[in-house]
Amino acid sequence: MNRALRPLLATTAIFLLAYIAAVLQYPSMLSTRVLGNFLTDNAFLGIAAVGMTFVILSGGIDLSVGAVIGFSTVLIATLIMWAGLHPLLAFAITLVISAAFGAVMGAAIHYLKVPSFIVTLAGMFLARGGASVLSPDSIGIKHDLYTNISRSYILLPGGGRLTVIAMIMLAVFVLGIILAHRTRFGSYVYALGGNETSAALMGVPVARTTILVYTLSSTLAGIAGIVFSLYTSAGYSLSALGVELDAIAAVVIGGTLLTGGYGFVAGTFIGVMLQGLVQTYIVFDGTLSSWWTKIVIGGLLFLFILLQRLVFSASSPRKKAFRKS
Amino acid sequence: MQSKAELWQAGNGGQDMADGETPVLEARGITKIFGQHRALDGVDFAVRPGEVHALLGENGAGKSTLIKILTGAYQPDGGEIVLEGAPIRFTDPLNAQGAGIGTVYQEVNLLPNRSVAENLFLGRQPTRFGLVQRKAIVTEATALMAAYGLDIDVRAELGSFSVAVQQIVAIARAVELSGKVLVLDEPTASLDRNEVEKLFEVVAKLKARGLGIIFITHFLDQVFALADRVTILRNGQLIGTRDLRELTATEVVRMMLGKDLAYGHSTLPVAEAAKGPVKVTFTGLGRAGRVAPFTLSLHEGEVVGVAGLLGSGRTEMARLMFGVDTADEGEIMVSGKPLKIRNPAQAVMAGFGFCPEDRKLDGIFGELSVRENIIIALQAKLGWFRALHRDEQDEIAGRYADDLDIRAASHDMPVKLLSGGNQQKVILARWLANDPTFLILDEPTRGIDVGAHAEIVRTINRLREEGLALLVISSELDEVVAYSNRVVVMRDRQMVAELHGADITPAVIVAAIADNTGSAEARI
Ligand SMILES: Nc1ncnc2c1ncn2[C@@H]1O[C@H](COP(=O)(O)OP(=O)(O)OP(=O)(O)O)[C@@H](O)[C@H]1O
Ligand SMILES: [Mg+2]
Repeated sequence: MNRALRPLLATTAIFLLAYIAAVLQYPSMLSTRVLGNFLTDNAFLGIAAVGMTFVILSGGIDLSVGAVIGFSTVLIATLIMWAGLHPLLAFAITLVISAAFGAVMGAAIHYLKVPSFIVTLAGMFLARGGASVLSPDSIGIKHDLYTNISRSYILLPGGGRLTVIAMIMLAVFVLGIILAHRTRFGSYVYALGGNETSAALMGVPVARTTILVYTLSSTLAGIAGIVFSLYTSAGYSLSALGVELDAIAAVVIGGTLLTGGYGFVAGTFIGVMLQGLVQTYIVFDGTLSSWWTKIVIGGLLFLFILLQRLVFSASSPRKKAFRKS
Repeated sequence: MQSKAELWQAGNGGQDMADGETPVLEARGITKIFGQHRALDGVDFAVRPGEVHALLGENGAGKSTLIKILTGAYQPDGGEIVLEGAPIRFTDPLNAQGAGIGTVYQEVNLLPNRSVAENLFLGRQPTRFGLVQRKAIVTEATALMAAYGLDIDVRAELGSFSVAVQQIVAIARAVELSGKVLVLDEPTASLDRNEVEKLFEVVAKLKARGLGIIFITHFLDQVFALADRVTILRNGQLIGTRDLRELTATEVVRMMLGKDLAYGHSTLPVAEAAKGPVKVTFTGLGRAGRVAPFTLSLHEGEVVGVAGLLGSGRTEMARLMFGVDTADEGEIMVSGKPLKIRNPAQAVMAGFGFCPEDRKLDGIFGELSVRENIIIALQAKLGWFRALHRDEQDEIAGRYADDLDIRAASHDMPVKLLSGGNQQKVILARWLANDPTFLILDEPTRGIDVGAHAEIVRTINRLREEGLALLVISSELDEVVAYSNRVVVMRDRQMVAELHGADITPAVIVAAIADNTGSAEARI
C-alpha cells in the first residue's frame, strides 16, 4: 500500500471513532442538521485549507491566509457599503487583488530565495495592516444579495441545511482534488515538495509552479474571505485571526507531510471536519471552555506528526523494496 | 506518444553515421567559474549524430559541470552552445528537454515520493481536457519497464525500489526524452552486468537511429566497448578529443591523469598473508525476509571479500552487522566477548566502521564542510564533551584528504559542492579517521576514477597490513581478487560459498555467483 495513505486512513478512522463516541453520548449529534452546520461553520476554514494543502505539498507554508481573509472581508464591506458597488463586482475585485498578492509572494519566495514563512509572515502583517487602514472598525454589510444567499439552501433529508457557502466549500474541495491529482500542475506541486533540485533537472517549471501555488493559496483565501463575509454579514480587520494555523493543523491532521511531497487534498477535508466535530462536541457539552478545541487539536496535531515520523522515516525505502519481493 | 520501448524488439535499422560532419550538439570555449575555482576553462566539445562520445576525466575534472551547462542546468560564464549548427541558449533543463536532449544526471535525480509511472512521464503526461490520463500512463510505463526487463508495479513510489531500479527508471526517462542527444553521466554506477548489457543495447540502437550520445563513466572497459570517440578533461582543461580506435587504455589513462597509473597491488599473494587472532564472529546472524542466517568470522589483518549480484543480500548482510537493521537471530562476538548490536551507535562503540554503498542517501551531510564530514564519526565516538580542537580537526581532515587525494577548493567547502567521486572519498575518509578495528566497505570504488581506484585498493591492503579486519563488498572482481584473503559469495540472500587460496580468481567467483541462476531478477 502507498505509505502516504496510512496517515489519511488513520485520520479517517479517528474521525469516525470520535464521531461514533460523540453520538453515543449525544445521540442528536447524528443528524443532517449537525452535519450541515459542520460544513457551514467551517466553510471558510476548509476553503483556505485547500490552498494551504497545495502550499505545504510544494514544501512551503503560507502564514498570510488568515490576514488575507480578514483583509478581504473589510475590502468587500467597504466596496459595497462605502463605494456602493454591487457585491459581485466587489468579489471580483477582491479575488484579483488577493491573487496578485499571492503571486508577488510566490515570486519573492522563488526569485529572492527567501524562505516562504518569512515572506508570508511579511504578507500577513501587510494584509492585516492594510485591513486596519481601510477600516479599523467592523462594517456591517446590508445588501439584497447577502440576504438572499443566507436564505437559500438545499434541504437535506432529516431537516439539515446545505447552505450556499457549504456548497462553495465542497466545490472547492472537489476542484482541489482534481487539480492536485489529475493535472500536470498538481504533479509539479508534488515534485517541488519531493525534491526541488531533482524537479528542476527533470524540467519542472519551478518558478511558474511556485508562483502559481501561492497565487492559488491567496485566491482561495480571498474566496474564504467572501464566504466569511457572507457568513457574518460583516467586514472586520481582525476577523479570521489565526485561521492560517487552524488551516495548517487541518492539513497536517489530514495526513499531508509538513515537509511536503506527500498528502491528499481529501485528507484536509477530514482534518477540517475533525476540527468541526471537536467544536460541536464542546457546544453540545456546554460546560467545557471553547479553549478545549485548541487543546484537542493540539493533541491531535502532535499525534499526527508523531505518526508521520513513524511512517516516513522508520520505514526506509529500501526495506520496503524487499518486503515486496 | 511513440515509445522507444520498441527499440528492444526492433532490429538495428539505421546505418553507421559516426563520421557525420556537423555536430548535433557542441560546446565552444565553455568556461565556468565557481567562486575562485575554474571548474571549466575554455572547453570545446562536440558530439556528432550517430556517435557515442565518451567524456572522461578524474574526479572533479569538470565532466558533470560541462553536462549541466550543455543541458541548461547551469549557465556558462563564457563560451557558447551550438545545436545543429545554430547557437542556442538553454535557460533551464526544460528548454534542453524541449530541444530533444535527454539526460541522466550523475546523482539519480528523480522524485522518490512519486510513482515510477509519474517519474517516467512527469511534464509530458498525456492529457484529455487538461486531465492527466492516469490509466494510459500506467499502461505505457508498465510496457516501458518491461522492455527494460523490470516487472514492477509502476504505481508504487519510486523511493520504495532499489537504487538500481531507480537508475533504470532515470535512464528510461532520459531515453524517452532524447530526440537528438542522450546524455548519460555515470549511468552504470549501480547497475549489474545484465543491466549494463541492456543499457548498451539501447544505446547501440539509439546510435543507429542517428542520436548523439554522451557517455561519462569511470569504467574504461565500458568506454572501449561502447564509445567511438573520447574527450578528456583534466582540472577543467580540455586535454583532447580522439578517435578511440587509435587509442589504448594506457594512453587514455595517461591523458586523464597526466601520468601513468601506478598499480599498488601487493605482490605477495594475499591469501597466504599472515593474519592475527579472530576479531569478530557473527554466528547465525539473520533477519527474516532479508538475509538468511550466516556465520562468518574475521581475523585481524584479514580482508574478506563479498561477491554476488546486486540484490543478492550483500548490502543487507553489512547492514545487519552494523546494526542499521536489527538482526532477529544470531550472536556477535567481538574480541571473544559477546556483544549486542542493535543500532549503529553501538557498532561504532564496538570499533566498527561502515562505508555504505548509497552514499547520497546514507552517508553525506551535504551542507556540512569536508572537514566536518570527515571528523563527524570520530567526534561521535569521542562524545561531544571531548570536542576535537579545531587544529586537530584540520590536521585529521588534511591527512585523510591527502591520503585519498580528495580534490576540494578548501576543506571548509560544503560537501555537496564537491564532484561525485570526491564526495565518496570523503565518506571513506570519515571511517578511516574513526580508527576502526573492523571496517565494512560497500562498493568502495564506485564512481571513483581509475587513479583513485588504485589508491583505494592500496589503502585496503595497507589497512589489512596494519591489522584491521575488513569486509569489502565489491562487484569489481579484479579488485576483490587483489585484496581478499577469503571471498564469500552471496546469492538469493544466502551465503552460498566461501572461497580460499587458489580458488580466489575471477573465474571461480563468477561460477559461484552464477551457479544455476545468473539472472538479474534477484534484486526486485
Ligand atoms: N555548485 C558548485 N559550487 C562550487 N563548486 C562546484 C560546484 N559544482 C561543482 N563544483 C566544483 O567543480 C569541480 C568539477 O566538478 P564536477 O562535478 O564537474 O566533476 P566531475 O568531473 O563530474 O567529477 P566526478 O567524476 O567525481 O563526478 C569540482 O572541483 C567541484 O568541487
Ligand atoms: Mg561528475
